[in-house]
Amino acid sequence: MLKTYLKEQKRKKDILLMTHIVIGYPDFEQSLNIVETMVNAGVDMMELQIPFSEPIADGPVILKANQKALENGASVRECIEFAKQVSSRFDIPILFMTYYNILFKYGIERFARVMAENGLKGAIVPDLPPEESADYLKAMSDYNLAPIFIYAPTTSEQRMKYINEFAQGFIYCVARKGVTGAETSFASQLESYLSRCREATDLPLAVGFGVKSKKDVDYLKGKADIAVIGSQTIRLADQQGMAGVEDFIRGLR
Amino acid sequence: MDNRGYYSQFGGAFLPEILAATFDELEKMFEDVKNDPGFWQAYEEIMSSYSCRPTPLTFAGNLTDHFGGAKIYIKREDLNHTGAHKANNVMGQGLLVQRMGKKRVIAETGAGQHGVATATMAARFGFDCTIYMGEVDVERQRPNVFWMERLGAAVCPVKDGTRILKDAINEAFRDWVSNMDTTHYVLGTACGPSPFPEMVTYFQSVIGTEARAQILKVEGQLPARVYACVGGGSNAMGLFSGFLDDPVELVGVEAGGKGLNSGKHASRLCAEDASIGVAQGYKTYFLQNSDGQMRETHSIAAGLDYVGVSPILSDLKESGKARFEAATDTEVVEALSLTIQKEGVIPALESAHAFVQAFKEAPQLSKDDIIIINQSGRGDKDIFTVADAFDDPGWKAFITRKAKQYNA
Ligand SMILES: Cc1ncc(COP(=O)(O)O)c(C=O)c1O
Repeated sequence: MLKTYLKEQKRKKDILLMTHIVIGYPDFEQSLNIVETMVNAGVDMMELQIPFSEPIADGPVILKANQKALENGASVRECIEFAKQVSSRFDIPILFMTYYNILFKYGIERFARVMAENGLKGAIVPDLPPEESADYLKAMSDYNLAPIFIYAPTTSEQRMKYINEFAQGFIYCVARKGVTGAETSFASQLESYLSRCREATDLPLAVGFGVKSKKDVDYLKGKADIAVIGSQTIRLADQQGMAGVEDFIRGLR
Repeated sequence: MDNRGYYSQFGGAFLPEILAATFDELEKMFEDVKNDPGFWQAYEEIMSSYSCRPTPLTFAGNLTDHFGGAKIYIKREDLNHTGAHKANNVMGQGLLVQRMGKKRVIAETGAGQHGVATATMAARFGFDCTIYMGEVDVERQRPNVFWMERLGAAVCPVKDGTRILKDAINEAFRDWVSNMDTTHYVLGTACGPSPFPEMVTYFQSVIGTEARAQILKVEGQLPARVYACVGGGSNAMGLFSGFLDDPVELVGVEAGGKGLNSGKHASRLCAEDASIGVAQGYKTYFLQNSDGQMRETHSIAAGLDYVGVSPILSDLKESGKARFEAATDTEVVEALSLTIQKEGVIPALESAHAFVQAFKEAPQLSKDDIIIINQSGRGDKDIFTVADAFDDPGWKAFITRKAKQYNA
């Protein structure tokens, strides 16, 4: 189980790292190089985003990557093939991240089955709240996959408990309002939010949106279990290539 | 949110968690308002003193004679302040924003009519205002951009995706997830996550309520059919709302663009290349490929150039309670031209789609039958597009002279 695995890993490290890539950006070959670089640099888990034409929760960096991947013709079939390669080559949990329409059009049961067959461990679907999730939850549970749900600073305590009834694996805590990729100030406000999250669930807590330096990761130690780095590694890969990504990740802990 | 806003299988609220609390608040506020007769009174008061409600129902005698069939009436939403039905929705949501105590409004716009209406409302109520508009639409509806800016709105051209209406909606959501404490998103059509489809329909229902009373007053009989163009579906839902329980055929007309088999159209309810999906927070028919990626759409009318459609209309289509047709760009320009010449009214390119289908069917109906066409907006905003469609030499010469003056 993902939750148990993450708790075991967490006993060995102050904090775990999860990184994010958009599959097929800038192309499939380089996507694979980026994954390899990240795994070698020590990340503990990865989310692979299947590009979607309407990524409303994503900011400019990830939005552009989605568009570019689609312009290059990335199909859902190729993304699944890619995920299969990744999960067979690397020994860390691999998740899918995508928007609900991708699952819906593929067939939710079929999507879950294919995830399980190809060694994926769970999925993050940011536009699918638990209220709309009945089919998804059933399929994920049938194939022993973790449906990852999201907490936000605007989520009430009562709603956090409600979401916790459906969540598996870990909870993805969005650090602030807004979309991916913008600045986050890691300050005292975040501390009280994270302690509310901690009280609502005994699942590991991942914190994402705006994490982009060792200082941010240090701040999260003791307050969360997993730091999520999204837009920043995409920016670095664009600007400095693989060496830049590798140095950055090695420098985070 | 307790009410997920489903119309059989269509609708729902597929929201990022960050917006859940905002939608709870909006849903509650809308419930309060529906149960408060004072609110509707205030709404009617502002619509009659600031806009032009009730809008007239005009008998189109010359068109009726021309086609020799059903009596043709035109519901004049073009006579609203800012020139389209969009004002009905915007002023309603504006009153809601006042109640919520928010100070800033944002909106998407395609044709620019919803943007202008929102900017007007913001000026009147003293709100800050930002309008998102696809780069392609900024070019084709430039007069409306000018007026939005004069009205004090910041107009942000959207350069991502297909650079039209759907992309403007995505950007408006991205703004909203950052600023929901101070900001309300005035969605312009009967689409998006619940409660927007119901709420926009609620405010637009004045169109149908008035039209029904007006036709009974002058003719003492209900229309056989009513026609409205369908972009997101708000003017159609507004008109249809008045006749849902009557033996009246409801006809929605989508953008057939260059033809339903051309791949260049925006017809979600008539075309083979549409299927059910979930995007922009709701479930409906979308123009998408088999992976679920949205397709490019095309229409001569920016306001109809959209990948999705109201979940309420998808439901009316599946239950057979409404019929949907498509009009091509060429047919639209012809119908527009005929209407201008015969009746001296200038429909928007969007509205002209409804006229196309009504003109096809009027001759087949009897002289005792009545039809109503919703003229959702006026055509002034389309001056550049229509001048190009007619290849108007005088207009071209004028623009050339004007450009020379600016370059001098
Ligand atoms: C004049 C006019 N009619 C119709 C529409 C289409 O919108 P809806 O289908 O929501 O009425 C628009 C949209 O911009 C418009 O400006």
